[in-house]
Amino acid sequence: MGKPTRVTNRIRTLRFAHGEMTQADLADRIGVTRQTIIAIEQGRYSPSLEMAFQIARAFAVPLDDVFQYPNSEGVTS
Amino acid sequence: MPFEEKITWVNAVVTVIVPVAYFAIMLGRLGATSAADISYQWPLLIAIGVSIVLTIVGSILAGIGTGISAELRGRSASDDIDRKDERDKTISRHGDLIGFYVSSVGMVGVLALTMLEYEYFWIASALYLSFVVGTLVGSVVKLIAYHRGF
Repeated sequence: MGKPTRVTNRIRTLRFAHGEMTQADLADRIGVTRQTIIAIEQGRYSPSLEMAFQIARAFAVPLDDVFQYPNSEGVTS
Repeated sequence: MPFEEKITWVNAVVTVIVPVAYFAIMLGRLGATSAADISYQWPLLIAIGVSIVLTIVGSILAGIGTGISAELRGRSASDDIDRKDERDKTISRHGDLIGFYVSSVGMVGVLALTMLEYEYFWIASALYLSFVVGTLVGSVVKLIAYHRGF
């Protein structure tokens, strides 16, 4: 519970870069609740690979432009 | 608050209120009669029935509340009510699994009471309590997962 995820994301930045898309708009696009988008943005939930691809597709960017995972030295890639 | 979280709250509240009332009544009766003579069958069935009805009514009210809230925000009510996503399902499975483990431990106690040939009242009460505690723990786990992350 409260498991810290090492996955970080740029969803908030990408939303603002895409016409200040709201969390509700993004949720509607990928068919999830707004609370799930909030949880992902805040690092409280790691989405499935499928949802991660859907989010990336909503922003028309590659997956690793949205999600990053630190290597053993702690550098995110 | 997601609709599924509201349903979890309904389950948690019902799972506390009804069993507390049931055990308060039954333990009160126990003072006046022995466990062997206590008539627990109908009260237990009524408690289970009331739990089911309250859960259904609570879920309907949660749905109406969610619908009204969605409409006020200019969204379709069905968007918020029908949308059970992978996070809801994952949290639900996790809570149900923990609840099952807790109930299972309780079942060992029920088995022990049966082997020791306790009165049916105690066996039935322990069985009911196992279900109740398992369900409650499962609901609490889900609510924590919704708030603290999963």
